[in-house]
Amino acid sequence: MEMKKTLAGGKTPSVKPRKKRWSKDDTELFLLSLPTLLWFLIFSYLPMFGIIIAFKVYKLSPGGHGFIYNLLHSEWAGIGNFKYFFTSNSFSMLLRNTILYNIAFIIISASVAVGGALMLSNMRNKRGSKVYQTMMFLPYFMSWVVISYFVYALLTPERGYVNGIIRAMGGEGIMWYQEPKYWPFIIIFLNTWKGMGYGMVLYLASITGIDPSLYEAAVMDGATKAQQARHITLPAIKPVFIMMLILDCGKIFNSDFGLFFQVTGQLPASLYTTASTFDTFIYMSIQSSSPIGQTAAASFFQAICSCGTILLANWVVSKLDNENRII
Amino acid sequence: MTSKEKSGQSLNQIKTSTNIVFNVVFLILAVLCVIPLLFVFSISITDEEAIRANGYQLIPQALSSSAYNFLWNERMTILRAAFMSVLVTVVGTIISIALNTSMGYVVSRRNFKLKTIYTWLIFIPMVFNGGMLASYVVVNNILGLNNSIWALILPLACSAFSVTICRTFFRTTVPDSIIESAKIDGAGQFRIWSQIVLPISKPVMATIGMFAAFGYWNDWFQASLYIQDTKKQTLQSLLNNMQKNIEYIANNPYGGLSLQQYKLSMPTESVRMAIAIVIIVPIACTYPFFQKYFISGLTIGSVKE
Repeated sequence: MEMKKTLAGGKTPSVKPRKKRWSKDDTELFLLSLPTLLWFLIFSYLPMFGIIIAFKVYKLSPGGHGFIYNLLHSEWAGIGNFKYFFTSNSFSMLLRNTILYNIAFIIISASVAVGGALMLSNMRNKRGSKVYQTMMFLPYFMSWVVISYFVYALLTPERGYVNGIIRAMGGEGIMWYQEPKYWPFIIIFLNTWKGMGYGMVLYLASITGIDPSLYEAAVMDGATKAQQARHITLPAIKPVFIMMLILDCGKIFNSDFGLFFQVTGQLPASLYTTASTFDTFIYMSIQSSSPIGQTAAASFFQAICSCGTILLANWVVSKLDNENRII
Repeated sequence: MTSKEKSGQSLNQIKTSTNIVFNVVFLILAVLCVIPLLFVFSISITDEEAIRANGYQLIPQALSSSAYNFLWNERMTILRAAFMSVLVTVVGTIISIALNTSMGYVVSRRNFKLKTIYTWLIFIPMVFNGGMLASYVVVNNILGLNNSIWALILPLACSAFSVTICRTFFRTTVPDSIIESAKIDGAGQFRIWSQIVLPISKPVMATIGMFAAFGYWNDWFQASLYIQDTKKQTLQSLLNNMQKNIEYIANNPYGGLSLQQYKLSMPTESVRMAIAIVIIVPIACTYPFFQKYFISGLTIGSVKE
């Protein structure tokens, strides 16, 4: 790709030897990139060696050595940690919750975002549309801790707004934080609510980039609004849609920790089987005293699955439509 | 707008009735997104007695500024947390911009000898990571950053995504001729980056900076993992810890506290909501102005080469 460009450019290859020697420029660029390089090595690559923890029975060696020393001198566990994790009661529940929630998130968020963007792009009052967009963008900038306060204000049993309304209409208040059956809906609703402004604006940006003459031509041919949407707008936003889809697939084994942990009120026992995901499980294991090797096995399993799904999604897209793969 | 464009547009406009329906739908959605703020604000100004008697009400029956008075009396705690939040956000954002743009610039140079290695180096973390536990171990056990503000700043300072945005921006908008002529004038790469490339790359710096600033301001997760010292907590972790304490006491009613202690340790609900307002207001006031940079960043990031 690079080579082709230089060749097309003409003269350069004949002047430069094919194998360029290390120059002063390269040294300077290397030094400029050094801080970031170190950052990547420490914060992205060093944790990858955390894989080892998952295969060890971590024990403190006598003599107050550092973590790495202890780790290297711990016994190998083989696949024992993984076995423990896969056969534990939580595993199938965690897998089910994480994947099902994510599938629901992907389908609902994508439909809301694309539908909303189509509607916004067709609205006649452009200024009104801008105001709506800005207002809908607000939840995106709120942290889950703050949102958990919103939810608390609405749902807290004795004083919350929702129970207030139910009581005012003669009903009986609901103990929201004790009732697992409502939470899948609450969680899916909140996820959609937080991301919808972002999604709509993202798609709207690619809709506004479409050449207006396409629509003019369509009008000349007597196309209705629905036909224009189907044959011009949707194909035009397909690349962004597929990019988002692949990225979302890569996150299918991950979950937004704040949504599942903070918003439920630190995940009380009553909601444990409804709102636990891999992330809440790992976090709670870190905070508790469960063996670090088993936690690492869960963490490693999650990372491998994420990597697998993103590559798989990309592969499927490349088979269907090679233009739109992202890798 | 010329009359021709206008008439062309009106030909292809949606019906008035559809337009009204769309407006109603978006009005409802927009209000849904903003109204929780009003709920929280109205709780923060409601009199504690009125809350006890009637529960939360959108229009408070009895107003009280006691929550804000309480915050004012406790201003040392609040100000310290606010100071930490601002410090982390400002320092973090500056570091983040420096790290991302320098790397972005380096990988945008087509002649750089290590370009291929770097491209892989940045790509791999996009698809694979060591997981939450391993990162925790690195920061906590290996770097020993527990209870240090660097534990809040460094792990979020850089990302493959931001580096890619920078690289694409520099490739597409900074002309090679400028860099070549600076080189001929004898400028080194560091000078080219800091004095020529960055000054003409304000949009991408704004994008990266905004992602970083909102990320730092809203972060409570790193704080909940690494910061136990109450003197070093940020506003978000202050709020988070209050919630944690309340859940703890609610779940352990006899957790060793007498009713008196319980009342003292427990900030009233209006106070907690008032702190939430303190966190939200700076964001709510600034994001409309920076919204466009978020969008431009996303569209730059999705440009393929």
